[in-house]
Amino acid sequence: MSLLELRDLSVTYAGDVPAVRGVSLGVAPGEVLGVAGESGCGKSTISNAVLRLLPKSARVGGSVLLDGEDVYEMSFGRLRAVRWATASIVFQGALHSLNAVQTIGRQIAEPILLHEPKTSRKAADLRVGELLEQVGLPARRAKDYPHQLSGGQRQRVMIALALACKPRLLIADEPTTALDVMVQAQVLQLLTGLVKDLGLALVLISHDLSVLGTTCDRVAVMYAGKVVEEGPASVVFDDSRHPYSGALAGAFPRVGDPRFRYAPAGLAGDPPYPGDLPPGCSFHPRCPVAFDRCVSEEVELLDLGAGRRAACLRAGEGS
Amino acid sequence: MRGYVLKKVGWSIGTLLFVVVFNFFLFRLLPGDPIGLYTRGRNMSPDQLVRLRQQLNRPISEQFVEYLGNPFASTINSTRFNRPVWDIIGERVWPTVLLVGTAVLVAAVVGVWLGIRSGWRRGSRFDRITTGTTNTLYAMPEFWVGMMLIMWLPFFPSGGINSVGVSGFFATAVDTAWHLVLPVTALAVVYLAEYTSIMRASLVDELRQDYLTLARAKGLREDLVRRRHAVPNALLPTMTLIFLNLGFVIGGAITVEYVFSWPGLGLLTAEALRGPDIPLLQAVFLLFSLGVIVFTLLADLLYAVLDPRVSTR
Ligand SMILES: Nc1ncnc2c1ncn2[C@@H]1O[C@H](COP(=O)(O)OP(=O)(O)OP(=O)(O)O)[C@@H](O)[C@H]1O
Ligand code: SF4
Ligand SMILES: [Mg+2]
Repeated sequence: MSLLELRDLSVTYAGDVPAVRGVSLGVAPGEVLGVAGESGCGKSTISNAVLRLLPKSARVGGSVLLDGEDVYEMSFGRLRAVRWATASIVFQGALHSLNAVQTIGRQIAEPILLHEPKTSRKAADLRVGELLEQVGLPARRAKDYPHQLSGGQRQRVMIALALACKPRLLIADEPTTALDVMVQAQVLQLLTGLVKDLGLALVLISHDLSVLGTTCDRVAVMYAGKVVEEGPASVVFDDSRHPYSGALAGAFPRVGDPRFRYAPAGLAGDPPYPGDLPPGCSFHPRCPVAFDRCVSEEVELLDLGAGRRAACLRAGEGS
Repeated sequence: MRGYVLKKVGWSIGTLLFVVVFNFFLFRLLPGDPIGLYTRGRNMSPDQLVRLRQQLNRPISEQFVEYLGNPFASTINSTRFNRPVWDIIGERVWPTVLLVGTAVLVAAVVGVWLGIRSGWRRGSRFDRITTGTTNTLYAMPEFWVGMMLIMWLPFFPSGGINSVGVSGFFATAVDTAWHLVLPVTALAVVYLAEYTSIMRASLVDELRQDYLTLARAKGLREDLVRRRHAVPNALLPTMTLIFLNLGFVIGGAITVEYVFSWPGLGLLTAEALRGPDIPLLQAVFLLFSLGVIVFTLLADLLYAVLDPRVSTR
């Protein structure tokens, strides 16, 4: 059974901004789900929605099931108990997510002392040291303030922080973006190791498809608040059924692959602003293979078999 | 950190020097015959007048050097009280410190509390009422508030620091506290508005920060999110501004002290202006400027101590 299940999740920010429009996804323990998509397609909105962290003015539709329990039906007490202990988030933007006037050690120890009240201060400090070493930072950095660390070090602190209460679900929002290649490999190895050893469920949000391709079991590609393609990581980019996934993969061109003849490297134009979406398939203004029906017809995710889904009128045509 | 402290102290010393120089020339630029002002209402022999004039007829550079030698010298005499100005100031400074200190303390505690409550629930009924009230209070001059208080609360003493015939330490202390109520209220009401709005604004600034989302994600209760994370961050700019304000607050007590005949520096300034008692005014102005400089320095140092981004650099 899925540990996290999103059922037709939609999020509309104040001012009628539909940032997420009917997303259904699931992750099982021991599984890594990658989420890809351009800036502004709603990735962080989904991760905030899982722990009910969206601003009060945002309207949420559909449901979020955590271990079978609807997060939006929970009492506040239950919700607080679930936060960080069952599911935690590596937030995007480590600098602003950390409290500038507290040492990182205190910030990592805080959820431990909160969720395991029997823990002594000393035991918590020890655990903080272990967590820091786990992400490749010396334990003595615990007494540093966020501004004393480099961008990459701060990002590793965010990962240590997310692992503090041994959650069963981890949502990592661009966890390796500010890291150099060596550390990036190290961190990814750490995360996938936890998935294997502890049966952690991991949602890995990244714009870097090479990261997703090598780390994930399944990948979901998002465009303008919707999942446009989902399937096993190995096939989504190599044999994509949606022109957008193809174009994303094309941003890292593979020489000699005829599939990418219409999407040489990246895409022309910008993704639409969620407050002002085009009719029909939201991708049609940028789609190199659009045809007349794309402008008017709503496109739904189509089950293509073998665990694959795609939202394109041409998806059935095959490659 | 050491570099930061040295830089701030250096700036303060530089500013102080400038103020001393400015203070000297400002009073030399005043219109009118200084001897006439100096001797008004007093019996002086022509002999004395000549000697005085000789004193002032010395080259300005000579007088300047003498003044620079020690602007706090005990030989500078008040023309009105005929005593060293710094002795007079030494007696009058404590009532002002008591008045202003109490008012700032009350206003800071209440103001920060109001600011937290209204900023955290922005747009709530509490916030609207607090903001409306404090804005109105802020627009009222202190002396006017003081006069209203005297009219509305006639059972409190309307002037002075002690009643006649009170003796003994304890009785005097209680009596002074009783006399403090109205002037402190008049001052505090106005500062309160300022501190409330500063605290509210800096808390509102923090509300949209990502670290509060993280604090909530950890599973903290809302009051802990506020107490542990939002308020300590919002207090940084507020504390600094309160200290910065303290420097100006001493000069600002002039009107309130006058209304309540509070025997402090403010009342002394008003008395010295009537003369005008130039040496006394010069000394009082120097002290007010010194207050601003010292509290500005304290505010900078306090900020450095409270904010690890400065103290651990
Ligand atoms: N608090 C908010 N109020 C209104 N609109 C918002 C808010 N937060 C995000 N949005 C909008 O919702 C859309 C999705 O934002 P989101 O942060 O989920 O994107 P993202 O996929 O994480 O992008 P990135 O890759 O840049 O992090 C964007 O168009 C953004 O402008
Ligand atoms: S539905 Fe049409 S516009 Fe949309 S991706 Fe498919 S071909 Fe392109
Ligand atoms: Mg994001």
